[in-house]
Amino acid sequence: MKHLKTDQEKCRGHLHCVSVCSKLYFKEDNPEKSAIWVVPGEGGKYTLIACTQCGECVAECPTMALTVNPQGVVMLNRALCIGCLACVGRCPIGAMRHVPGMATPFKCIACGACVKVCPEKALETVL
Amino acid sequence: MSENKHDIAALKAGHRLLKEFRYEKRPVVRGYNMRTLYINVDTLEIREKPVSQEMKQKFVGGKGFDLKLLWDAITPQTRWDSPENEICIAFGPVCGNTSYPGSGKSLVTTISPQTEVPIDCNVGGHFGPYAKFSGWDAIELQGKAREEVIVSIDGNEGVVRIFTAPHEAIDSHVLAEQLHEMFANSDRELQHVSTVSAGTGADHTWIGCLNFSYWDKRRHGVRLKQAGRGGTGTVFRDKKIKALVVKFSGLNSALNQPQDLATLQQTGLKLHKEVITLDQSQCKMRSIGTAHLVEIMNDYDLLPVKNFQYGQHEEAAKLASWVWKDFFTQNVPDGCWFGCTMACAHAVDNFELRTGPYRGQKVTVDGPEYETVGGCGSNPAIFDPRAVIEINFYCDTYGIDTISFGTLTAFVMECYERGILNKERTGGLEMTWGNWEAALELMHQMARGEGFGLIAGKGIKYMQTYFAEHFGADYQFLWDIGVHGKGLEQSEYMSKESLAQQGGYYLANKGPQHDEAWLIFMDMVNNQIPTFEKKAEALHYFPMFRTWFGLQGLCKLPWNDVEPADNAKYPEPNKVPEHVANYLAIYTAITGEPLDGPGLILQSERVYNFQRVFNLRMGHGRRLDDHPPYRAMGPVTIEEYESRRDRYDKQLLEKQGIDPAGKTVEEKIALHRSYREKQYEGLLDAVFKRRGWTMDGVPTPAHLKAIGMDLPEVLEVVKPYQ
Repeated sequence: MKHLKTDQEKCRGHLHCVSVCSKLYFKEDNPEKSAIWVVPGEGGKYTLIACTQCGECVAECPTMALTVNPQGVVMLNRALCIGCLACVGRCPIGAMRHVPGMATPFKCIACGACVKVCPEKALETVL
Repeated sequence: MSENKHDIAALKAGHRLLKEFRYEKRPVVRGYNMRTLYINVDTLEIREKPVSQEMKQKFVGGKGFDLKLLWDAITPQTRWDSPENEICIAFGPVCGNTSYPGSGKSLVTTISPQTEVPIDCNVGGHFGPYAKFSGWDAIELQGKAREEVIVSIDGNEGVVRIFTAPHEAIDSHVLAEQLHEMFANSDRELQHVSTVSAGTGADHTWIGCLNFSYWDKRRHGVRLKQAGRGGTGTVFRDKKIKALVVKFSGLNSALNQPQDLATLQQTGLKLHKEVITLDQSQCKMRSIGTAHLVEIMNDYDLLPVKNFQYGQHEEAAKLASWVWKDFFTQNVPDGCWFGCTMACAHAVDNFELRTGPYRGQKVTVDGPEYETVGGCGSNPAIFDPRAVIEINFYCDTYGIDTISFGTLTAFVMECYERGILNKERTGGLEMTWGNWEAALELMHQMARGEGFGLIAGKGIKYMQTYFAEHFGADYQFLWDIGVHGKGLEQSEYMSKESLAQQGGYYLANKGPQHDEAWLIFMDMVNNQIPTFEKKAEALHYFPMFRTWFGLQGLCKLPWNDVEPADNAKYPEPNKVPEHVANYLAIYTAITGEPLDGPGLILQSERVYNFQRVFNLRMGHGRRLDDHPPYRAMGPVTIEEYESRRDRYDKQLLEKQGIDPAGKTVEEKIALHRSYREKQYEGLLDAVFKRRGWTMDGVPTPAHLKAIGMDLPEVLEVVKPYQ
């Protein structure tokens, strides 16, 4: 299944990935609106959170707005989503993202935009 | 659209439009439409009625609106089958949000054929939110149609229609499917339709229920949730209404126009996470639902067995949660409204029926829920899970309440076993304990309007008089073992050893249903409310708190069927303080109105007292209406005493200071009875005092004024009783 593979050891917190992601999908440079989440930790370490395409959220969705595409990527059909956020509650790693007040959640679809801008090669799209 | 199962064109060919009403579509603002829909199926009058600020302030919404509309529509002489009696269905300001679990409830109210006072039911399915977002805070159905009709509300177009419907089915599992197919123009729209319907059982009994549908996308089929109690379906069918249909597209999380969507979402998300992580180790609502209670109730001697004689049975394991888990299919969370991660609405698929008109067909059965297992399983001693599922299916499709059916069947079986009934009197039905085929045949008779089913279908109160008059049975004994209050059959918990629960059941405005208070563990198991005053406080707080769900269009289950991991460390964990705070937060987030704990109770207290006075207005609602049958309080028979002899003997010594040695069982039963009945009177005194009522159970004018329910029409009713 196609997904974004992260290597936290390599991350130095440049946040280029966050920036490119939110700009691509929300037309603004806003870490809240990035599908990849970079969480600073102790001693200059970072935790990277992005969808592993595990599919748990798909089972939770009451309108079947979440489906798995042929490449194995979990896709959200916004036309069907009624914004209940059950998927956000279900996601075991917090990768289904939501900004309070926004109608629907969003997630990483392994597009690879962030991979291209990471100077540390901490990100990789794998099949 | 995929191929239809039903010949929709043929069904539609029979339709004749009787009335069309177009209305202006307006968005909901802060949870309210500020208008209700009035429909008279006889005169064909359809109009919108404004909701005044006073109505909003005093009655809040949901059940409050229902009761206010019903009060204004009828007189003290109105009975269930009077044309002016109404089916009122209302939703509440919080109803329909997709953020907080359990927010999709409709509240149904009518004058009950069983109790002659308002009955209220809280029911899931998609109807409530769709009707609300179609423009209405409540719907009134009045009058009796001259021929079979369907009433439809198209919330997309803004049109209400009444049309004749001669060819549609009456039984709900067929009718709801026909109507979903009829009103959806595409596969996607199947999920935008919801129906309200009863069934052929509701045509001939007083225990008819209403089925509220929703389209289950994963099963590609219709699911049904029930407004079960007190004969709502009976009134609906007496009005010759086959169904009420709503269609609404465009659902999203902001349709209530909440003042603070972010807080609403964050509060909902917090509960989603709590349910998803903790439910597995707590109540297992997501995997089993309320049926998880069966073995717990059996362990605590609380599972009704053989018409509430006993609380345990050696075969109870055959009806335990693990049995249902194996029957339930799909195995992903099943919610009856969007955003409910508690998702307790489980179903059995491809279930092959063994009896009745649909014998041999494979059907989807909603449930069984705990109440159905207790009522249609252990109580009549039917320890065959397949039989319970089949009874559950037929109850639903026939529009029969599983609780009343279960409790009255247990009563019939006890009468049969004790010789009050026999084969001749039942028209050939061998109503022995556990005879599921006879129980099902009794139900098929109810649906066909035949034989003994017609008598039993009127409920225990009717049967008590009938058996005494026609069969010479001892009325006092029938009264002692017929487990109903105000005419409504009791739901499925043993209250014998919990005085507080006896009050919770028999003080309940509608009759003995546990949705007002479930205090057995607090009282009997944990002994947290030992005094009359403490019990009275619990019988004030919990009924008021739980009434609030019905004002808002909320489900009670996400309140305490999951608890925060640290709930126990807070004072009064029984109230689940964090969840109460959630409710205050979502109410304010949607309506923009501030609310605190006392304010929440006050909202409920107004409506609760109004309902009590409504009962009084209908000729009931006094102390004498609040008494349980002795079967719900203690041992009626020698067998019952003997089954718990050690416990009862010990109680004689410890509570009454009487040495049981040398006393006959009859003497000991009499001593218990006199003590327990006196205790109950003490409880009533304490509760009435706490609730601001007279010792006759009537709200005082001073109390009504203090809570802001001193409306002139309310004061006029209570005045003669002061």
